[in-house]
Amino acid sequence: MLINNGLVYLIALPLAGAAILLLAGRRSDKWGHILATLLSASSFAVGLLQLSQMLGRPTEQRAVEQKLFEWISVGSFQVDAGLLLDQLSICFVLLITGVGTLIHIYSISYMSHDHDRRRFFAYLNLFIAAMLLLVLGNSFLNLYVGWEGVGLASYLLIGFWNQKPAYATASKKAFIMNRVGDMGLSFAIMIAFASLGTVSFAGIKEAAPHASTASLTAIGIMLLVAATGKSAQFPLQAWLGDAMAGPTPVSALIHAATMVTAGVYLITRSNFIFDAAPTAQLLVVIVGAITLLFGAIIGTAKDDIKKALAASTMSQIGYMILGAGLGPVGYAFAIMHLLTHGFFKAGMFLGAGSVMHGMDDEVNMRKYGNLRKFMPITFVTFGLGYLAILGVPPFAGFYSKDMIIETAFNAGGIKGILLGSAALLGAGITAFYMTRVMILTFTGAPRWDEKAHPHESPILMWLPMAILAIGSVTSGFLLSRGDALVNWLAPLFAEHGEHEELLKPIVVTSLALLMVAIGVAIAFMKYSRSEVSNTAPEDVSFLTKIVRRDLLQDDFNEAIFMRPGQALTSTLVKTDELVIDGAVRGVGSVALGSAGALRGTQTGFVRSYAALILIGAVALIAAIWVVTQ
Amino acid sequence: MNAANYLYVSALLFTIGAVGVVVRRNAIVVFMCVELMLNAANLAFVTFARINGSIDGQIMAFFTMVVAACEVVVGLAIIVTIYRSRRSASVDDASLLKR
Repeated sequence: MLINNGLVYLIALPLAGAAILLLAGRRSDKWGHILATLLSASSFAVGLLQLSQMLGRPTEQRAVEQKLFEWISVGSFQVDAGLLLDQLSICFVLLITGVGTLIHIYSISYMSHDHDRRRFFAYLNLFIAAMLLLVLGNSFLNLYVGWEGVGLASYLLIGFWNQKPAYATASKKAFIMNRVGDMGLSFAIMIAFASLGTVSFAGIKEAAPHASTASLTAIGIMLLVAATGKSAQFPLQAWLGDAMAGPTPVSALIHAATMVTAGVYLITRSNFIFDAAPTAQLLVVIVGAITLLFGAIIGTAKDDIKKALAASTMSQIGYMILGAGLGPVGYAFAIMHLLTHGFFKAGMFLGAGSVMHGMDDEVNMRKYGNLRKFMPITFVTFGLGYLAILGVPPFAGFYSKDMIIETAFNAGGIKGILLGSAALLGAGITAFYMTRVMILTFTGAPRWDEKAHPHESPILMWLPMAILAIGSVTSGFLLSRGDALVNWLAPLFAEHGEHEELLKPIVVTSLALLMVAIGVAIAFMKYSRSEVSNTAPEDVSFLTKIVRRDLLQDDFNEAIFMRPGQALTSTLVKTDELVIDGAVRGVGSVALGSAGALRGTQTGFVRSYAALILIGAVALIAAIWVVTQ
Repeated sequence: MNAANYLYVSALLFTIGAVGVVVRRNAIVVFMCVELMLNAANLAFVTFARINGSIDGQIMAFFTMVVAACEVVVGLAIIVTIYRSRRSASVDDASLLKR
């Protein structure tokens, strides 16, 4: 494989930014945000340079490697810190640095009133560096470092306003739930080393065909656990909604466009494992299908605009996981949806941030209404993202989501029908809740507080939104024209034969559009025809109440894990106090008590001592006399 | 004269001394009682030497006298010092070390 020693700059530039901003402290308050943005942009430029070089090489020589240093060398366990840039990584590199730079620019304005803006940019740069390490690592262990790094950055940024206890709790919740997934990844690495003797992607790809299905299945399931944690998939999905506590640019970058898609990257990157482990692959599609419905249903009952978008992110990543679980035929479509989703969801989050910016940080959509008159640019860019996520042709989501639905139907047998129907239903629900967001926010009568003065955001904010909106319109068409992305990624994945088609593509497309139309129509009937109250109605059905409680995800976790865990710890604490500490204290108090009793005999009076000596002597002599008699 | 009579005197003197040490509060008197007990012991030593016809007991009596002399020096010094600092020669007042 070709060697390219320039790869390290991709990571080093933003990492240096984070280091400078954090170490320089308040001194860099004036220029920190500009430096961070420039470094992120230069990382993007390096990525573009790499892409142009990669395009100039023939297909089989496109991947390049760089060995940084010998990391671990213990007996047969050899790991180098090495970077690998291939057709898959470059997609992510450009998405991370591109969208990342736009969001840096947006944040300059969005965070301008925050006196801790420099720290925010330091964390953003740290995140970019960690995420790039995640997608550039050439072994699972290198990936793991980046994986933990993005978890840390996510924690720091969710809790950026940690002076509010609820936000600090949200960041802890995200971190702890991510730890569960991280354990899965570390188990996967351990199993891989124990059964295959290597942890590098190339080594595992070589060793996988000779390995036992059981160990590959175990690795696959553990990787899936890791993916569910990081990508907020069922059953580790509950943290994503609360993660919206972070500033909106963070939600756009980390919790929509990049970090939460790391699970999809992980599964796609480990395609050789999942292809050889059908059980694990089946679990992947099940997780994907459940989550895409789960997220969509939660999205229908959210009044908080960011939480509605978060639920939608969960659901869209469900689509990607579903695509990635469908095997060689689905990987490219999962990545395509990931890229288009990166554009339109980041764009919509920035739009939501723009709305919040104009509405004094109000997030309740019931207090919006008719904002299109006051924020035309936000309305248009958000609207384009909306059309993209719905999958209306020719917007981006149409190409990517449609292909996943189609591939799901073609998975064969009852599995295909179930998965395809779930994906179709999800598309319909998506159309419903996204239309609801649009109607509540931008149309209808104003329902603001009297103090609110909605206004359009400054250029530094709407420019990134506009660029992302252009991406939401064109990326799908560009990526799928002549199967561009599919052919680009093809060398990485196993060959796949032609699947027999359950339904003709045009039938699937029509069905999907029909579902979308039904969803939109229901939303219009429900929210556009009648007045919307600015408080959530109380007299709702039992089902609505459950959905408002996020389908009881937190109640479930609390009942199954948190409370028994708390009971266990409090029992252990009590046991510790009573048994272990009790024994120690018991010994002490016995000694103290007996000493106290004995102390009473020491009166300090000379005469009593003398009397005792006398009595003792007399008693001794008497005893001797008795004995000798 | 029966030598055992000396032993009775010795026992009587010792008992008087011991009782005096236990019941009297004045340090000087206590001290004198201690001397009385030592002399009672000396009398017993000498008597036994006479009864047994050996001089071991008489030698022991000299030792006792030397020890008693030393004891008087040290003891009186302590009593005088305590009296100076506390204005009292009562042994019951000198009970501070118990705390």
